[in-house]
Amino acid sequence: MAIYVILALDVLNGISSLFLLCLGLAIIFGMMKIINLAHGEFIMLGAYATVISANAGVNIWVAMLVIAPVFVGLVGLVIERCLIRFLYGRLVDSMLATWGLSLLIIGIITTIYGNTQQGVPTPLGGFSIGSYQSSYYTLFLAVMAALMMAIIYGVMRYTRFGLVARATMQNPAMAATLGVNPARVYMSTFALGAAVTGLAGGLLAPVSGITPVMGGAYVAKAFMTVVGGGAAILSGTLSAASLFGSVNQIGAYFTTPVYGEVIVFTTAIVLIRLLPQGISGRFFKGNL
Amino acid sequence: MDKRLRLALQAAGTVVAIGAIAIVPSVIELFGLMQLTLFAAMSVLALSLAFIWGYGGILSFGQTAFFGLGGYAYAIAAVNFQDSTPAILLAIAVPALFAAILGYFIFFGRISDVYLGVITLTVTLILFNSVNSTSGDAYKIGKALLGGFNGMPAVPTFNVPFDPSTVLSPEQSWWTTAYVLLGVFLLLRLLLALPAGRIIVAVRENEVRASLLGYDPRLVKCLTFILGGAIAGLAGALYVNWGAFVSPTIFSLSLSAEIIIWITVGGLGTLLGPIIGCVVIEYIVAYIGSQQLLNSNLVLGGVLVVFVLLLPKGIFPTVRDLVMRLIPDKKPKTNGRPVPSAAPHPAGAE
Repeated sequence: MAIYVILALDVLNGISSLFLLCLGLAIIFGMMKIINLAHGEFIMLGAYATVISANAGVNIWVAMLVIAPVFVGLVGLVIERCLIRFLYGRLVDSMLATWGLSLLIIGIITTIYGNTQQGVPTPLGGFSIGSYQSSYYTLFLAVMAALMMAIIYGVMRYTRFGLVARATMQNPAMAATLGVNPARVYMSTFALGAAVTGLAGGLLAPVSGITPVMGGAYVAKAFMTVVGGGAAILSGTLSAASLFGSVNQIGAYFTTPVYGEVIVFTTAIVLIRLLPQGISGRFFKGNL
Repeated sequence: MDKRLRLALQAAGTVVAIGAIAIVPSVIELFGLMQLTLFAAMSVLALSLAFIWGYGGILSFGQTAFFGLGGYAYAIAAVNFQDSTPAILLAIAVPALFAAILGYFIFFGRISDVYLGVITLTVTLILFNSVNSTSGDAYKIGKALLGGFNGMPAVPTFNVPFDPSTVLSPEQSWWTTAYVLLGVFLLLRLLLALPAGRIIVAVRENEVRASLLGYDPRLVKCLTFILGGAIAGLAGALYVNWGAFVSPTIFSLSLSAEIIIWITVGGLGTLLGPIIGCVVIEYIVAYIGSQQLLNSNLVLGGVLVVFVLLLPKGIFPTVRDLVMRLIPDKKPKTNGRPVPSAAPHPAGAE
């Protein structure tokens, strides 16, 4: 019995970390149709910001929940002003430029901090179910995922910024005639997406090995989940993250973690073949 | 430039290339020759993506899937047969077959753009992960041990066709690799001059219009993709012949990125540009690897960002346009046909 509880916790963990990892990319892709291939490096920057400030004596929760998102959000703002704003509407060029950017960020971090693995101890303790161990941090991640979803939903649905952002997403020209500056909306949306990604990096820092190339492991998964989810930011990402997260954990449970990944990638390919518009293009049309 | 002058220049260029390849081993020492052999093998890989992306309009983020499959097919077959002749043929056939299956899946499902990128990227990751986990004695194809993350060492290199006892020397390896590169280049050049090549470019330009003219864009794209896969597989065999070694890093995403960088730097929509881009970038990477000052990712990333923003056409088309502008045009431009260099996307002709 206890093994099923642990498996359920693993699935929950898989879904919530995948959701957190993808949310920032989904905001940027869903709003602006820019595929940010430097997404994995934004996660890496968030993780580095957390580890370095935590090791410098800052409280781990502050480092994770405040420093990481603020720092990566600022980085995103600078990148949007210097690079991304020239590339709106040029999908392929934006992919190439952000791929270049990802190599650039890896290079910079390697030059500064070296190619070694860093880490912080996982806060919160563990608990046991039967003869198995689990960590409270798993539950914390799930709570954070739910909280982020609520916050993004609230911001997009009930605030003026959300209204303006959604209007710009639907029809930039019409929004501009009504007095909105699309460039400013894009800028703040990109920074918001980067900040959310930085937060994800910070939250995952205690449970992952932090190296300059860690982003590569996430970018394909995030890319695949966001495209599989389709244009709707929340319902699409949540449904795709749930599908891929549970397939990954259950596949890994019955085979090996490597084949779990292979199974998840195969699922993604079949999903895109069956639903070329993503899950939300078919089932949650027009939702957030 | 009129057509005849152009043809004469191309023929002269080919003759010069043949001669240059022949005399290189007598003027360069062995280390340089080995490096050039590697660049030539990589240039074949660059040509495969240059063809399907630049002319077919298919941006594959996973061209290394075919490159790696070709390399592994060659290595496994060469270990089993102890003769490189059937191994090279398999290194072309296996990736072509894989490209056919994948291409059927993608193009006949009308998947395009971002989705195509996601699928090719994930397929490469699947291959990388699967091959990576094949360590141990259980994973064996015939006599060939796959070796997982460590790869397969001591793969037999090329021999004279049907004569396994005569292994090619480094000079002969260079000639083989370089002439294969030249051969692939000329083959693609010829294909693009034929009606078949015009159809490929037409589909890239406008799928709806091409299908209204009676061509099936799905089939055309699928065939283009298969040819690209076959060439990439051949490049894989050449690469394994160079190092006598193959490991899962041949499927890596960073190599996929590098191919795209070669083409962006060299010039999309040309065949010569990507070769130039490949040699220049690989030379820079090798140079950076030999000293400690800069990180190669830093330089590659910077180069890619700068080119996308400031020189999106790439080196070769930019230089060619400059040269074309310097040569006074004898004919008046009013004969209805635009000068090829004036077109934003250079189409079938260089």
